[in-house]
Amino acid sequence: MTGSIAALGAGLAVIGVGIGIGLIGGRAMEAIARQPEATGKIQTNMIIAAALIEGAGLFGIVVALLGN
Amino acid sequence: MASPAVLASEEAHSADEHAAEARVHAAEHSDEHAANATEEKEAFNPAEVIMHHIADSHGWHIFDWNDHPVSIPLPVILYTEKGLVVFSSSEFHHDQEGTHVVEAGGQRFVNIHEKIYYASDVANDHGVFAEMDHETHEVANATPWDISITKNVAALLFSAVVILLLFLPAARSYKKNPNAAPKGVAGFVEPLVVFVRDDIAKNNIGPHYKRFVPMLLTMFFFIWINNLLGLVPFFPGGANVTGNIAVTMVLAIVTFVVTNVNGNKHYWGHILWMPGLPVAVKPLLAIVEFIGIFTKPFSLMIRLFANITAGHIIVLSLVSLVFIFETVWVSPAAVLLTLFISVLELLVAALQAYIFTLLTALYIGAAMHEEHH
Amino acid sequence: MGIVTPGFGLIFWTTLTFFILLFLLAKFAWKPILKAVQDREESINSALKSAEAAKAEMASLQSNNEQLLKAAREEREAMLREARAMRDKTIADAKGAASEEAAKVLEAARAQIHYEKMSAMTEVKNQVAQLAVEMSERILRAELSDAKAQAAMVDRALEDVKLN
Repeated sequence: MTGSIAALGAGLAVIGVGIGIGLIGGRAMEAIARQPEATGKIQTNMIIAAALIEGAGLFGIVVALLGN
Repeated sequence: MASPAVLASEEAHSADEHAAEARVHAAEHSDEHAANATEEKEAFNPAEVIMHHIADSHGWHIFDWNDHPVSIPLPVILYTEKGLVVFSSSEFHHDQEGTHVVEAGGQRFVNIHEKIYYASDVANDHGVFAEMDHETHEVANATPWDISITKNVAALLFSAVVILLLFLPAARSYKKNPNAAPKGVAGFVEPLVVFVRDDIAKNNIGPHYKRFVPMLLTMFFFIWINNLLGLVPFFPGGANVTGNIAVTMVLAIVTFVVTNVNGNKHYWGHILWMPGLPVAVKPLLAIVEFIGIFTKPFSLMIRLFANITAGHIIVLSLVSLVFIFETVWVSPAAVLLTLFISVLELLVAALQAYIFTLLTALYIGAAMHEEHH
Repeated sequence: MGIVTPGFGLIFWTTLTFFILLFLLAKFAWKPILKAVQDREESINSALKSAEAAKAEMASLQSNNEQLLKAAREEREAMLREARAMRDKTIADAKGAASEEAAKVLEAARAQIHYEKMSAMTEVKNQVAQLAVEMSERILRAELSDAKAQAAMVDRALEDVKLN
């Protein structure tokens, strides 16, 4: 039972992360489309931001693993 | 004792080493459950197999031969109350349930789920030489300090050798013909080194980046090579080194120490007494910022661990599809999906090495930032 | 649970491996590689810079050359002009002197001619006078050889002299 609740928690964490990274990716694409010359900088910052969000999501997953 | 998985996997034998491994573990686990004599023909449990793979182990399992696991025995090194004790992991005879006692250095040890305990004098009802805590279902026996060369340690040492073999000749070629265009390994290494130096160190740390470059380079290549070797499905790759939290913890601690040792007074000022805020808020923010010192490297640790472990889990899950559905007809899909994910993991291997190093550089840069806001 | 609890052994070995690796790589790999890369960057930079300098030098040399050429041409031009002027002047001078000389010579010649003429005239006059005297003497001697002729002559002369 704790296992399935943990899985639920992990899934919920992934939803949030998915939305977050999706937003970042989309905005980054828009930004690149608007300013193709700044592609490198945008990509770096996109990856950093995505990594930070991912970190938050991973916390959730680790907690889910711990609860498993 | 053949489990369905074993039968189903005869044709898929050469598909993937993971597949072979999965089969072994399936066999092992069905063995163990049969020994308990509570269930017959236990269904294949992918979660157990996968967890077993991504965890560390004494002895490096390579493949199976006639349903007998063939593995490389590794030295078990224990620091006990009576000093160092060393013996081969093969002395456990693949036992992970604590039923086989090894006597060494005048002491007795058992291996329970790859963790080594001092053995109890007599076996319990299940033939296990250990006492179980009835409430937590954990082994109550004492443990020696275990500094064995486990599978992950062996893989770690192997990758260290690979790294040295990669970079020392490259460095030598520079010495041999200075000011010439890089050739061979040096030509492969140089753009990466320059990338780490310029795009990671210089851009994020600032003017005093030079003394951090060796550390960042070592970090980057250590993580990257280990990630890549972890993706190699057969010996001596395939170990889950960077997907082990102990490894990522050490790397994160390096980041933590380097960041805070190099923190200047602005950095500490911003943490302990944030300027430009009402006094009432300052202590509150100090607490938050203080926790932040630890969460940053902690997230580094978790990120690398979770990404690499997740990659291994996905690959193994896809391979396990064959055994879950108990038919070979799934194997084309399984192999294709595994291939796809493996290629993705190649990207992730480089990306995670990049992110770890980049964020380390960013944290160091923030700690050394001189300007006033 | 197991995979999120770090094992002591692996922490120990990772720390050891990482720092040994850091030491070895920093000393024997990163230092020479980074140094070589930096050296090469510097040498490329300096090569570029010197190429730029050489280019500038070439340009300045070229403009120098042009200037020199221009100056030389001007000098030649000036020299030619001078020479031409000198030649003209010389010619003019020579012409002037020659005509003067010629005039002088002419004058002298003319004067000489005049003088010669005069002296010749004088001589001719003198000779004519002498001749006349001699002739008249001879005639007179012949005429006046006898007394009658003398008397006749005195008569004729007396006849010519008309005393009015």
